[in-house]
Amino acid sequence: MDELRELYQQVILDHNKNPRNFGELANASHHAEGYNPLCGDRIHLFLRVADNIIQDIRFTGQGCAISKASASIMTSLVKGKSTTQAQELFDKFLQLITSDPTQPVEVSGLDRLVVFAGVREFPLRVKCASLAWHTLKSALSESGAVVTTE
Amino acid sequence: MSPHSTAAARLEVERIRRDFPILQSRVRGKPLVYLDNAATSQKPQVVIDALVYYYCTQNANVHRGVYYLSEAATRAYEGGRETVRRFLNAASTREIIFVRGATEGINLVAHGYGRRHLRAGDEIIITAMEHHSNIVPWQLLCEATGAKLRVIPINGDGEWIWEEAVKLFNPKTKFVAAVHISNSLGTINPIARLIRLAHEWQVPVLVDGAQAVPHQPVDVAALDCDFYTFSGHKAFGPTGIGVLYGKETLLEKMAPYQAGGDMIKSVTFAKTTYNDLPYRFEAGTPNIAGVVGLAKALEYLRNVGYDKIAAHEQELLDYATAALATLKPLRIIGTARTKASVVSFVLDGIHPHDVGTILDRDGIAIRTGHHCTQPVMEFFNVPATSRASFAFYNTTREIDALVEGLHKVIKIMAA
Repeated sequence: MDELRELYQQVILDHNKNPRNFGELANASHHAEGYNPLCGDRIHLFLRVADNIIQDIRFTGQGCAISKASASIMTSLVKGKSTTQAQELFDKFLQLITSDPTQPVEVSGLDRLVVFAGVREFPLRVKCASLAWHTLKSALSESGAVVTTE
Repeated sequence: MSPHSTAAARLEVERIRRDFPILQSRVRGKPLVYLDNAATSQKPQVVIDALVYYYCTQNANVHRGVYYLSEAATRAYEGGRETVRRFLNAASTREIIFVRGATEGINLVAHGYGRRHLRAGDEIIITAMEHHSNIVPWQLLCEATGAKLRVIPINGDGEWIWEEAVKLFNPKTKFVAAVHISNSLGTINPIARLIRLAHEWQVPVLVDGAQAVPHQPVDVAALDCDFYTFSGHKAFGPTGIGVLYGKETLLEKMAPYQAGGDMIKSVTFAKTTYNDLPYRFEAGTPNIAGVVGLAKALEYLRNVGYDKIAAHEQELLDYATAALATLKPLRIIGTARTKASVVSFVLDGIHPHDVGTILDRDGIAIRTGHHCTQPVMEFFNVPATSRASFAFYNTTREIDALVEGLHKVIKIMAA
């Protein structure tokens, strides 16, 4: 039960119910689609990038609480950041959710992403948590291909 | 207790459960509640013992050796074929082909029969509730031959719309492939009726019986189906073994699927002669232990008795349907009049994967996702469902645990 509370923290449940930056972005310069074939989760990510800064970012799609909260928190965090900073944050996030659950969490630079530390206990849910981030990476690389978590 | 059941005819579930070692185990500190039988079933001790016995005392290659062990292995393997023949009521062991599973059975027919007999413009009929493995092989066949796929639609209860099915048949119809029992909706389809309709048009029918064999007797002679395929692992046997039944007259008209090993009678660089049925379709060293285990599983099923299994499973289905109805935000997907023991559902505002994760912490295993039937999910406009599927060793107590777990899911997710 404690592990479940850790996974489904209040912040995550709140973002699941009231996702921030939800919707399409009319004047997007970048777009990518992410798909998790395991559960059918889908995300569309829209960005407006200028001078290497993510000026605006929004998303649509459907998914579990973890993937929706991840997209919501990710969009809130990377807005206004440079693309390089976003990539650094992604690396730190991935490190967090795949790290050894018996070791203490390394929190530096993670900001609100710390709420996803509980994912470490649920290896099957790492893909849910990282889908939005993989999609962000794809959008920024402008590859245009649908990103899957497989 | 149902008023019609007598004490003698009832399945003694607690005694049955002791036949399955895994059902005694604990998961995450809780007694295992295994409700994902449509994905794969658990194995009774007799099946596990048969595998151990085979490897300890009989292991050798079949059909080749002139020594004792090879003879013993061949006898076990061919004995298994006879067990399957009797189980399905096939006319001859020549009609029983061992494959890896239902998926390979379907691919074998699509390739061996379809590529040889279908032409551009021909039509193949499937249904809207097929598993991906009974869709994609036919799509590949269409790509290779120029044939077209026609799909029997379903209604909101998850049943074939019969009037529409009738309309799909025409002189271009050359093959029908349909599921006996739906894995994602639980629907027991009127397969015999579809076979009769197809035969009026002289069209052969393949039945995907992966979800039927664990729940009800299958008589291929009575059904008059042309092909019937199922997987061992869903029927309490080992993984990696399955059966394709085919009418001898049709199998004789089929091209080999894979080449090598027992499918060959003689090889020269000028010409290869293919072996007789059923060996023509069993390339390479077969899954001998798998056949031994499968035969034991089918014997076990017969011993338990399909009448008792059906009565117990109907009780589980009715109990689960009523118990889940008490959960307000829950909607059952698949409400056909005749159903096997599968309950697919969605909880308003809660994604199935969150349901699955939370239940798992209480040792409850259900399936969450699209169950490899994405067209069904699309039809019901849901990304995925949660699915509890029962076998005869499940109990109403386990359904109570599921309902209690779902209460917890709702509480956690509403926090």
